[in-house]
Amino acid sequence: MDMETFSQDPSTTSKGKGKSYEVEYETLSQKLVEELMQADVEHISAIFGVDSATAALLLRHMDWNKDRLIDKFMDNASSVNVAAGVTPASPASSPGPDRSRRSTRTTTKSLKKAEPAPTPQPFVCPICFDDSQVETLALVCGHKFCTGCWGAYVSSKIREEGEHRIICMGENCSVVAPDPFILRALDDDAETAARFQELVVRNFVASNKNLKFCPFPSCTNTVSCPAAASRSTLTTIVPTVVCGADSRHKFCFGCPIEGDHRPVLCAVSKMWLQKCHDDSETANWIKSNTKECSKCQSTIEKNGGCNHMTCKKCKYEFCWVCMGPWVEHGTAWYSCNRFDDKAGVEARDAQSASRASLERYLHYYNRWANHEQSAKLSVELYVKTEKKMEEMQLTTDLTWIEVQFMKKAVDEVEKCRTTLKWTYAMAYYLAKGNEKELFEDNQRDLEKAVEDLSELLESPIEPENIPTLRQKVTDKAVYVSKRNQILLEDTAQGYLEDRWRWNVAVEGFD
Amino acid sequence: MSTVYTRRLSKELAEIQTETKPPIGIRLLKADDFETWIFEIEVLGDSLYRGERFGLKFRFDNSYPFSAPAVQFVVDSGMKAPVHPHVYTNGHICASILGDDWSPTLSVMAVCITIQSMLASCKRKELPEGNDTYVRTAPDNPKKTHFVYDDDTSPFPSNRV
Repeated sequence: MDMETFSQDPSTTSKGKGKSYEVEYETLSQKLVEELMQADVEHISAIFGVDSATAALLLRHMDWNKDRLIDKFMDNASSVNVAAGVTPASPASSPGPDRSRRSTRTTTKSLKKAEPAPTPQPFVCPICFDDSQVETLALVCGHKFCTGCWGAYVSSKIREEGEHRIICMGENCSVVAPDPFILRALDDDAETAARFQELVVRNFVASNKNLKFCPFPSCTNTVSCPAAASRSTLTTIVPTVVCGADSRHKFCFGCPIEGDHRPVLCAVSKMWLQKCHDDSETANWIKSNTKECSKCQSTIEKNGGCNHMTCKKCKYEFCWVCMGPWVEHGTAWYSCNRFDDKAGVEARDAQSASRASLERYLHYYNRWANHEQSAKLSVELYVKTEKKMEEMQLTTDLTWIEVQFMKKAVDEVEKCRTTLKWTYAMAYYLAKGNEKELFEDNQRDLEKAVEDLSELLESPIEPENIPTLRQKVTDKAVYVSKRNQILLEDTAQGYLEDRWRWNVAVEGFD
Repeated sequence: MSTVYTRRLSKELAEIQTETKPPIGIRLLKADDFETWIFEIEVLGDSLYRGERFGLKFRFDNSYPFSAPAVQFVVDSGMKAPVHPHVYTNGHICASILGDDWSPTLSVMAVCITIQSMLASCKRKELPEGNDTYVRTAPDNPKKTHFVYDDDTSPFPSNRV
């Protein structure tokens, strides 16, 4: 629609800030997140005058909500301490010698090895019943267990249950082990200690609306995107982000979709995916295409022919329109004389309405599925393309850099097919009108450009036509990229201007 | 870890068999190895289960006692699970001490006593909600089920012995 912009600046393929379909965000490594976390811990530690391990327990208890923690702590410090597991619940349940629970600075004490029992009787650990071990550990509550049992318990909680909040093994005791205690209990098990650290970081990230973990397996990066932190922003932006580890780590900050669903809003994408996964569509199909034999209840699909049906199974003869027995129709072999009955008309209308709605859905779904399929095939296309690029390096004087145009074009095709795929979900829910028509014009232009480029990429390569091909592919790829930007830009602008109208109720809209 | 597991179970078994007899109504039926133990549970006195006897099966692995044993009622030709709002007809039990509230200081006998008191305090013999669905899809090992302990008004989920 905006050809002038296009001709003025044909080389803008790089991602610039300020495009209305892009959102500002930042990738944070686990280390950076730990630093953020540490800053909060230090802050609380300084305000409350407690050590950092205690501050960390308090913050985790309050889901890292500093303001709420400060409020509650100022209001009633000891009840917050008990709830967070910093101090034992009731003084009576504390049998150990370590009775300094009123102080919030007790956690360092808990790290000290409990003295071996002064009496000659050896310590018998109540868990393993071993009396040969002398090394014991206890939290502020004073419940003493041998170091071996503590290690096994802490490690099982972390590794098997993925739990970072580790409570004392004592019965009815809800004191939580602070980090230094956990590291001591794990002794030299660096792997479990690292897992623990990861769990703590995950808890911090999950509690913070500005942060989201990269969902790709084994990736430890976090993305910070304050612009999409509140749900209300999701009616105007589609916060697609890419974690810094890999360009394939692309996901949506606003919803659980692991990929780019622009230009479609999160709420609309969710509805669409739900619809596609829902069996109700199969049921719809059956409803609009089949009927049951009124005698044996077999499901019958009528795929043509007259209304005189003979059930294949029970040989019952009936009329497709009125479902009554055929004998009553007398000699009117090819039409049911009850066809215009009120009941008959209603039944027919209901059936054709259901069929029309199904056909409409299938129109969009088939195009959606087709682009998805083609995007997958582009992986194969890429392998083929890579081979072509190698060939080109051998047969021409083109350098590696110069043959990159193929790879770039394949990437562009894949990207645009993802956009196209989602435009069909968008169009399905857009209410009829000029805006929808303009949207579909943009969709059509992009689709045509992508198909042209796709075809070009699959055309045979002859050494003599390489320079022309290169020129054509490069030009076309730039054009495709521009069309994609135009579509995304226009849709995003439409969200900001509240221009789009939906044919269903969409979450967040009136 | 595995040495803790066997030593701990030997000690518990010795206590059950010799030193301190189990409470009345609880009887050890089978403990031939450190994998599966079976107890007989009977609720004595006034209760909805008067005269009924149930088999309680414990399955251990070497994460015991740091992780709870897998506990369920025996359901076979001779035995049935009690009809109780926290017991499914396949024998699985929804009890917090067998999941989130397990503590390594608890023991096999503590579990038996808790289950016995769970039956004794039952007010109405009825099946858990969604029993059929659960039984149809339940894993063999009840520990793989993530129960939600929502029934805070009942004395049972918070009742640790």
